[in-house]
Amino acid sequence: MDDGRPIFLQIAELIENQVIDGSLVEGAQVPSINEFAAFHRINPATALKGITLLVDAGVLYKRRGIGMFVAEGARARLLAERRERFATEYVQPLVVEARALGLTTDHLIEMIRKGTP
Amino acid sequence: MTTIVEARGLTKRYRGITAVDGVDFQIARNSITGLLGRNGAGKTTLMHLLTGQEFATEGSITVAGESPVENPAVLQHTCFIKESQRYPDDFKPKHVFAAAPGFFPHWDADFARELAAEFRLPVDRRIKKLSRGQLSSVGIIVGLAARAPITIFDEPYLGLDAIARQAFYDRLLADYAAHPRTVILSTHLIDEVADLLEHALVIDNGRILIDSPVDALRSHAATIAGPAEAVEQAVAGLEVIHRERLGGFVSATVAGDTEAAAGRARAAGLEVGPVSLQQLIIRQTGGTPTEHEEVSR
Repeated sequence: MDDGRPIFLQIAELIENQVIDGSLVEGAQVPSINEFAAFHRINPATALKGITLLVDAGVLYKRRGIGMFVAEGARARLLAERRERFATEYVQPLVVEARALGLTTDHLIEMIRKGTP
Repeated sequence: MTTIVEARGLTKRYRGITAVDGVDFQIARNSITGLLGRNGAGKTTLMHLLTGQEFATEGSITVAGESPVENPAVLQHTCFIKESQRYPDDFKPKHVFAAAPGFFPHWDADFARELAAEFRLPVDRRIKKLSRGQLSSVGIIVGLAARAPITIFDEPYLGLDAIARQAFYDRLLADYAAHPRTVILSTHLIDEVADLLEHALVIDNGRILIDSPVDALRSHAATIAGPAEAVEQAVAGLEVIHRERLGGFVSATVAGDTEAAAGRARAAGLEVGPVSLQQLIIRQTGGTPTEHEEVSR
């Protein structure tokens, strides 16, 4: 794992991604803190921090003594959030790079159409 | 989070050399802390002070509120694995493991056997005849199976190959998760252990240079690269700890609250990259090899 951001954020995002792509369905149990730590070879405290972030955001919930589960409605909420961020995180850099290469907006739109299956 | 180790104004002077120079720090109970720094920075002296093998010239260091010096209450809870560990001449690894429960009340003999198999340690061979890597495994097995509330590893892997080191890290993490304890890991292989650490203490010239959660360090440094003028604009107001130039192209490593700057830089089409813990420490500790290192090569 390394893209420069704190690892607990990367862990949280990894779980979010799995909820979004459906590999973790709502109501499913997620691996324990220690399993996350062992799998990603990170400090358990770091894994805990990532999970806590998702519990606070209502993506996961704890069942005392049993484990952590994906909350109902988590996927819809994550999708809405990600769509909002899509413009700043993906579209803006795309436009910046396109301008640097001398591509016009029309060019760009055409390329997106072609690139869409 | 409670504190288990506390140093206040801790100083150790040898004839004319100040090895540890008035340091203050705390180590949280049941955390994994990396004690990092260059050769001769004062790491080993610090560990000797922590385990009561050296007396402080000034200041104090306490473990669970007590001085470790000649203090069995502290020392029986401490396991210090050092690179230069010596054993009685005719000892075999199995003798070391048989003697261990006398030193470490939490010793787990089954776990030690399991580890010996995993590290392929010939437990019935004289220690004098072991390879450097096998000797290191003896220390690692003792350090893990002792389950000491305070476990200190000082460069524990000399002669171990990458596979054996990975086995050590995996076992350390798994056993730490199952049996939380305070682990202090002193090492040169910073990038290998960076993700295992919760906290980093970087010592340089006897002083604490960095005392920070590793997570915070990662988000407090970035490399921003691109055309000189744009880069200088993006990093304005931040501490630039390193700058490389190639014609009109600049790569600047910045420290501090870099998130906003990274955002601005990305929007301006600049390249933003991570700084590994190892790079960050190299930048902060000057980046030139010490005499000590040059001599040893």
